[in-house]
Amino acid sequence: MAAVLESLLREEVSVAAAVRWIARSTQSSEESPGEAAVLNSLRPLRKEFVPFLLNFLREQSSRVLPQGPPTPAKAPGASAALPGRPGGQPRGGRGARSQLFPTTEPSSTAAEAPLTRRGGRRRGPGPARERGGRAPGVPEEGVGGESLSWPGGRRLKGSGSPSIPSLTLSDPPNLSNLEEFPPVGSVPPGPAGRTKPSRRINPTPVSEERSLSKPKICFTSPPISCVPSSQPSTLDTSPWGLGLPPGCRSLREEREMLRKERSKQLQQSPTPASPTPELGTSLPSRTGSLTAEPADPARVSSPQRLELVALVYSSCIAENLVPNLFLELFFVFQLLTARRMVAAKNSDLELSQDSLESPLFQSIHDCVFFAVQVLQHQFQVLSSLDKGTLKLLAENERLLCFSPALQGRLRAAYEGSVAKVSLAMPPSAQAVSFQPETDNRANFSSDRAFHTFKKQRDVFYEVLREWEDRHEEPGWDFEKGLGSRIRAMMGQLSAACSHSHFVRLFQKQLLQMCQSPGGAGGTVLGEAPDVLSMLGADKLGRLRRLQERLVAPQSSGGPCPPPTFPGCQGFFRDFILSASSFQFNQHLMDSLSLKIRELNGLALPQHEPGDEDGESDVDWQGARRQFAVVLLSLRLLAKFLGFVAFLPYRGPEPPPTRELQDSILALRSQVPPVLDVQALLQQGLRARRAVLTVPWLVEFLSFADHIVPLLDYYRSIFTLLLHVHRSLVLSQDNEGEMCFLNKLLLLAVLGWLFQIPTFPEDLFFLEEGQVDALEVDTAASEHGLDSVPVVDQQLLYICCPYIGELRKLLASWVSGSSGRSGGFVRKITPTTTTGLGAQAPQTSQGLQAQLAQAFFHNQPPSLRRTVEFVAERIGSNCVKHIKFCQRKSPGAVRALLPEETPAAVLSSAENIAVGLATEKACAWLSANITALIRREVKAAVSRTLRAQGPEPAARGERRGCSRACEHHAPLPSHLISEIKDVLSLAAGPRDPDEGVSPEHLEQLLGQMGQTLRCRQFLCPPAEQHLAKCSVELASLLVADQIPVLGPPPQHRLERGQARRLLHMLLSLWKDDFQGPVPLQLLLSPRNVGLLADTRPREWDLLLFLLRELVEKGLMGRMEIEACLGSLHEAQWPGDFSEELATLFNLFLAEPHMPEPQRRTCELVQPNRGTVLAQS
Amino acid sequence: MILTKAQYDEIAQCLVSVPPTRQSLRKLKQRFPSQSQATLLSIFSQEYQKHIKRTHAKHHTSEAIENYYQRYLNGVVKNGAAPVLLELANEVDYAPSLMARIILERFLQEHEETPPSKSVINSMLRDPSQIPDGVLANQVYQCIVNDCCYGPLVDCIKHAIGHEHEVLLRDLLLEKNLSFLDEDQLRAKGYDKTPDFILQVPVAVEGHIIHWIESKASFGDECSHHAYLHDQFWSYWNRFGPGLVIYWYGFIQELDCNRERGILLKACFPTDIVTLCHSTA
Repeated sequence: MAAVLESLLREEVSVAAAVRWIARSTQSSEESPGEAAVLNSLRPLRKEFVPFLLNFLREQSSRVLPQGPPTPAKAPGASAALPGRPGGQPRGGRGARSQLFPTTEPSSTAAEAPLTRRGGRRRGPGPARERGGRAPGVPEEGVGGESLSWPGGRRLKGSGSPSIPSLTLSDPPNLSNLEEFPPVGSVPPGPAGRTKPSRRINPTPVSEERSLSKPKICFTSPPISCVPSSQPSTLDTSPWGLGLPPGCRSLREEREMLRKERSKQLQQSPTPASPTPELGTSLPSRTGSLTAEPADPARVSSPQRLELVALVYSSCIAENLVPNLFLELFFVFQLLTARRMVAAKNSDLELSQDSLESPLFQSIHDCVFFAVQVLQHQFQVLSSLDKGTLKLLAENERLLCFSPALQGRLRAAYEGSVAKVSLAMPPSAQAVSFQPETDNRANFSSDRAFHTFKKQRDVFYEVLREWEDRHEEPGWDFEKGLGSRIRAMMGQLSAACSHSHFVRLFQKQLLQMCQSPGGAGGTVLGEAPDVLSMLGADKLGRLRRLQERLVAPQSSGGPCPPPTFPGCQGFFRDFILSASSFQFNQHLMDSLSLKIRELNGLALPQHEPGDEDGESDVDWQGARRQFAVVLLSLRLLAKFLGFVAFLPYRGPEPPPTRELQDSILALRSQVPPVLDVQALLQQGLRARRAVLTVPWLVEFLSFADHIVPLLDYYRSIFTLLLHVHRSLVLSQDNEGEMCFLNKLLLLAVLGWLFQIPTFPEDLFFLEEGQVDALEVDTAASEHGLDSVPVVDQQLLYICCPYIGELRKLLASWVSGSSGRSGGFVRKITPTTTTGLGAQAPQTSQGLQAQLAQAFFHNQPPSLRRTVEFVAERIGSNCVKHIKFCQRKSPGAVRALLPEETPAAVLSSAENIAVGLATEKACAWLSANITALIRREVKAAVSRTLRAQGPEPAARGERRGCSRACEHHAPLPSHLISEIKDVLSLAAGPRDPDEGVSPEHLEQLLGQMGQTLRCRQFLCPPAEQHLAKCSVELASLLVADQIPVLGPPPQHRLERGQARRLLHMLLSLWKDDFQGPVPLQLLLSPRNVGLLADTRPREWDLLLFLLRELVEKGLMGRMEIEACLGSLHEAQWPGDFSEELATLFNLFLAEPHMPEPQRRTCELVQPNRGTVLAQS
Repeated sequence: MILTKAQYDEIAQCLVSVPPTRQSLRKLKQRFPSQSQATLLSIFSQEYQKHIKRTHAKHHTSEAIENYYQRYLNGVVKNGAAPVLLELANEVDYAPSLMARIILERFLQEHEETPPSKSVINSMLRDPSQIPDGVLANQVYQCIVNDCCYGPLVDCIKHAIGHEHEVLLRDLLLEKNLSFLDEDQLRAKGYDKTPDFILQVPVAVEGHIIHWIESKASFGDECSHHAYLHDQFWSYWNRFGPGLVIYWYGFIQELDCNRERGILLKACFPTDIVTLCHSTA
């Protein structure tokens, strides 16, 4: 391969021809015969060129970036071409995330051979290049006929101890880099004879600003140093954080341990000069201990050669011949910000400057020169990076020094950069609202199922809340904390119907919590809102956690992080794992698939924005937002679908033998895919909706297990994706082509996918013939979503947060170099208590927006859709009518500005005025129209409710008080309570000074009348008790048992007062009680018995009462007679029985005529008549 | 009416082993003249109920029951008009109404062929006239009217208080022109958990969005609040989003800690209500 580079350097072949040759197998007519001859001779090696080039660059830069993270290059054919690094390169070249299986086994020739044939771990085309031939410790000669002798010489690497110095070292071994130097000795071989996969995450330069965003949870990294060898590898070695046995340490513990370990080491050796192979902690020292060497354009060793290589490299990038665009950019940024170069041997420098015999990068100057050269070619991509990156890049003094022109362009790009759309996402976690249509009893098979689900919903949220509160606590473990509760809950889901209910809840909650960037965690562009949201939440605990984060640098995922479940997503993943329910997973997959199909097929607006005079800005904003929401939802759903679908097959490593692999393949190939993603992809491409389909498909595939790529079905999908990738040439911007940012998004996500360990690496550099065969006919639809600029910068960064690593790299340069470290290092002012106690007053606008959001929360989704649709249509129509903006604004501006204003200024001013006016009109309209519609809807809703609801009518009816009533009557509870006090006083025991005043009694009865007439607050049970209490009061009155306040002689109620009170009671019974009054209790043995205790016994009040009852029709004579009759049955003192009999006779003797007064007097016996006579 | 935990503890401290009688309440009111009587009663009632829950079991052993019954019988033999049962309850630190129930049940066991059903006993407690023994009827009645924490009358008062506050809240909502669905309407629609009111258009109270309002005519102490959170408030949140709880008789200030989470506590109908505006111009 080097031959190609050589011929380029010798100018036998032009760069353009070479790139054409690499990109397309066919010869082009543009090539000169000489070129063709040269290239033809190299034909067999064509497809190895790019991997060679990438590895070559990495190799060359290793002296410059010793401490930094190695940028992985995807390079299957690399090992052969790089004899200099027999042990390290194949692993290093495989990319950070691919370090799934460090080749720490002593020798595995037998086991390796079959694997390499299927390409799973294939490194090179020929058997000589297989890993078996490069067993660690065995010096390797250049193989495959390409023994270029690089000045680096060979390096030996001891299999047992990474720190053994190499024989002829020119490259300083980067001991801090586990990639190149896996801690071989520290990992005891597992029971199966395999080593523990260390899915290493590339350490990334940590900048202080990183602490502002949430930590990326690297759940895939099992602790290297704490692997108990006794644990079965099937359990603990999963790279996906699966199947962790209960005893396994959580990542947090692991980190904690490492942190402690590190501080211990720091104490032992105050100068951490020799980095130790530790996870994620090797970096922070970088900024502190290293000052950057100045770079000088005048001291570049061989500009021509560097320019040429940069051109070839850039061309490969431009043609998408490299797997991951952003990874290459990251690498170039690393070169740009390299701090110093490790001194090379003098002999190295004596070699020819123009061939590959001498190192490409001989100094920092060379590196920077090369980087700037490449960046010049990549300006288009750079200019679409976020503002922060652009600023850092434009402010980079090296860049300014090496290319003032580029710096100028970047500065201009920075100044012109505006955020296009801010995603107005609903504020995070809310519960899924209860919708009667889908959730009420009618949707369940039985009462039991309904109630079970009711409980489950509550348990689900209880678990969720506990997770929210505790998952960041050190030592807290999901499975330990919640596992059994989740399983108990899942165990209750017996009926299939319940499962579908629960899955719907689960999926809706997932979408609600994780769809917004905030919910995903860590994807915010590293700006202030993250901190504010943390502080705003008035939690001291959070502040403490924030503080912890500030002092402990985070390791982040690097430019190619593994698939993760950041933020709330972690809850859902852990829930699935802890539930470990086959039924749940099946229902979940069904539901996710359906939703994905639904969203993927959604008709999204396909018109170009601003066709006519910026006509429908409102439309356009809405369309973009809608696209973003749909895309993010799809990605989330697909991620979980991939996670669950491949869950049963996922293991830490591919099958160990070919036979086993074949049998697994035979099994798997007959299993239909969970979702026909192939068809969906093809449809998507045909309909030119790749920008929607590919990103979610990538999420889905990122969870594939090792066998998946070997299955024909999925292999064809991968091939198709590669084809798509190759076709996304950014520089081509033809009419009807895919928009730039759309392309960039796809390149980013595909590049990321290609770095996933399970992605078949040999596929990337596949022969084109196979790709061509899968050519998809896209002619069918001319204008698909792809040609609409639906992706904006924010969406790009939300989908691909790892692009932000570029900025971190630059920021760490700023903080480490020179004096101007102020820029991005955000100062965090300690928050005072006032900030924590009361939440910052919300703006009324914000509150209104929240209210509007909340309004839809408990409404059926259709209401929201309708309102939004109407608002959008009307909004856009209205905007059409405000073109006055365009006509009138210039005139107004012209009239107001002085006459001598230059034409250019005038024109700009006019344009700005037009723009502003339009913007304002749009904003005004969109705000007002929605509000108008909402009011309409609200009015309609309340109208309907008023019409159908029983409430207003029932209000008057049920309570039955007059319209004029102002409901000032005493409360029934108060009355019952007061009467209870009287009753208890009467029943005793009581203190000598306790008693009731007659006025109080009268007042009480008066209040009772008011309450009974108002009825506003009266409920049936209260009325019942009032009735019963009133009867008891009457009995006490009759028996003169109410203790009256006052000096001893007055302890009893006057007869007249008693009679008056009885009258009041009678009228209450007659007129005011609406429910039944238990008047027969007046003649119950117990109440009549009250009379037995009084001396002298006075029967007149009872007789009076009975007469009144009859007279008022409250009781019938017969009824009273029956009661009196039954009284005889009770046991009484002898004299009382007699008197009772007399009363009975008196009452019976009374004629049925209303002449009570006279009769009573006549009938009362003389010896008791004294009191009666007074009445 | 919103008490700090310390204030609440001070009150609760005074309630240890205080019998639930009219006299006790009067003393309590004198002890804390600045607190509202309803709040004091509510706290007292809740504290007493906690106490009873803790000691309930020991009063229901067969030995204890037998012991109480014998003491009752001995007492009424000496003087049937004396408050035998009430004094017994106070002496052993148990609620008079509950003591009445124990003795009544024991009495009926002795005098009837079949063991008395719960409903028969409840009915007799509601209306002691039905108790076949006149002396026992009076004793039971005396216990019930003198018990301010348990018994049918107290239950009725509590129910009435709850109802009255719901009505009050409804009227305030109507007055503020906030449209809502009440519990009955929600139940008719098939909701599985129903707060007192769901607002059809959410409002913001003190800057917090609320979707539902639950009225609690009691004092919100830790114990009851946590039980309510678990059985009701979180369930409402799980279905309808954030909401407001009104503890009409106040609550412990420190319990109002879930505002951010979506559960807001108030001791009265809020005054700071922001509704969705219709005109933004």
